[in-house]
Amino acid sequence: MSVTTKGPEAQPIAVVSKPPGKAERPKSALRHRLHRDRALLLLMAPGVVFFLIFQYGALFGNVIAFKDYMPFLGVVDSPWVGFANFRTLFGEAAFWDAALNTVVLSLVQLVFYFPIPLALALLLHSLMQGRVRRFVQSVVYLPHFISWVIVVALFQQVIGADGVINGTLGGSDGHLVDVIGNPDLFKPLMVMELIWKECGWGTIIFLAALAQIDEGLYEASALDGAGPWRRFWHITLPSLRAVIFLLLILRLGDILSVGFEQILLQRDAFGPDVAEVIDTYVFYHGIRDQNWGVAAAAALFKGVIGACLVFTANKIAHRMGEQGVYR
Amino acid sequence: MSADVMQRAERPAWMEEPRPITQGFKGLTLVFTVLVVIVPFWVVLATSFAPDKQVIANGGYALWPDRWTTNAYDLIFSGGQITRAMLVSGGVTVIGTTFSLVCTIMLAYALARPGVVGGKPVMLLILFTFLFPAGMIPSFLVVNGMGMRNTYWALFLPVLINAFNLVVMRGFFQGIPAELFESAKIDGAGELRTLVTIVLPLSKAVIAVVGLFYAVGYWNDFFRAILYTDQATMWPLQTWMRTYVVQSQNSLISVQGGVSEQIQFAPQTVNMAVVVLATVPILCVYPFIQRYFTKGVLTGAVKS
Repeated sequence: MSVTTKGPEAQPIAVVSKPPGKAERPKSALRHRLHRDRALLLLMAPGVVFFLIFQYGALFGNVIAFKDYMPFLGVVDSPWVGFANFRTLFGEAAFWDAALNTVVLSLVQLVFYFPIPLALALLLHSLMQGRVRRFVQSVVYLPHFISWVIVVALFQQVIGADGVINGTLGGSDGHLVDVIGNPDLFKPLMVMELIWKECGWGTIIFLAALAQIDEGLYEASALDGAGPWRRFWHITLPSLRAVIFLLLILRLGDILSVGFEQILLQRDAFGPDVAEVIDTYVFYHGIRDQNWGVAAAAALFKGVIGACLVFTANKIAHRMGEQGVYR
Repeated sequence: MSADVMQRAERPAWMEEPRPITQGFKGLTLVFTVLVVIVPFWVVLATSFAPDKQVIANGGYALWPDRWTTNAYDLIFSGGQITRAMLVSGGVTVIGTTFSLVCTIMLAYALARPGVVGGKPVMLLILFTFLFPAGMIPSFLVVNGMGMRNTYWALFLPVLINAFNLVVMRGFFQGIPAELFESAKIDGAGELRTLVTIVLPLSKAVIAVVGLFYAVGYWNDFFRAILYTDQATMWPLQTWMRTYVVQSQNSLISVQGGVSEQIQFAPQTVNMAVVVLATVPILCVYPFIQRYFTKGVLTGAVKS
């Protein structure tokens, strides 16, 4: 016990002596540190085991993209096939359709969704009544915690063919709205659902940024004769710049992942032509049709491109003098 | 809720009184926003309590029940498939959240202590998973390889620790003043004791938020059951809803093996009652945890 409790105190010394001693430090030092930290290591163990098995074990499983995976042989014993899976994948029109759908849907959602939390945050921030603001916030945060299954069910119930709007406003001469299952309206519907579910939650970070703006700036510029619009343009927007860039960059890295659950739930209603994205392609081709290697290749392709996008986006952020997501 | 928030804030002297048209526009926008969120919930609630005749006559919904009836709920709670699905959902949520919270707290606490052996490589290992998350197929192979398919373990173990939640928690622990750890040490407390008696009581906010995130994640998940189980008896509520509500397969037959007397129920009332029941737990915890949202979420946003 006494050794363990000494731990954190002895720690700064260990860090200081690290550079010279790294190579020649006797083995017992490590053993001593292990002994000192044994309680912490024990606390760490379950988490580390989880990450090793379910994250890194799974990461290793990606090798089946280069194998002809046979379930009864297992990952290790299945024969290597080089890039054959990728050749098959890139020769499939269905995959390229899914990839195109993914990117287009991502961009459409970004363009139409992104400004709305910002606008809502500005509106909420401008309210003088704390009570009204709290109430509206409680209400608009709520859908974030509702599952996609329920969101889709709610949308069907309200704007579906037999839904409330058709029933009360459509009259006898047919449907006013016929959104569910109409391929032309797939993208607008996806955007609407996303806005409904996430736009309130999306305001949190903007509201925090708005709260950090120095009131003195507004006061000074107001005394200098700047009206509300000028103040908005010259103080509010520049103050939000960093946050806006950060969020845009995060989205850029995510461009190949558009709401998997949301789309999986509605893919069958709209058909794979409009509603197939890379993630649903992987699910249907890999797990449903047992086309393991090709689907794994699709997922790996997506993962590598996605990681490259994150790197690129972060580089761009640094070039533009912003903090970026990481250093 | 503190009194200063409840009061009407003073408008600073330099700020202009907004024009009536601006105020009107703001008011309308807010009312519209709130209605857009609330009305769908109301429709579902009203439909679930409406008599089936009315729902059928309307074509599948009710805005105001002619007569409030709990027939749909009685049917659900009579011990059929849906009752079972609700038990599965509740069990997975409670057990999964407990396991997740305990493991996340332990790992976050160890990683938050400066200079622990292996702390840095483990943190890098975890941050790396943000860049390369485990994919669906490899995860499936792992779960399959461990023989966890068609067990309830598969519904929570593969997502036991969320890296984002871990980073949030670690950030919070790191913000606790070092003097507290030192005084605990002087009093002779070991790490576990420090964690339980000093750190946990100070971290209620972050534990509440992270716990809610885990619980909501487990409660809302429909996909892991599809991926990892073959039998519908293991389905949680959301998976059941996906099949019978969203994909509109007739739930009437499956409620209780198609007993003929139940034909009189409009499936839509039952479906909507299930939606209500799936929403209620979230509505119940939400008000208690809501005040911690901003704090918890922002800690995470700043740290990552």
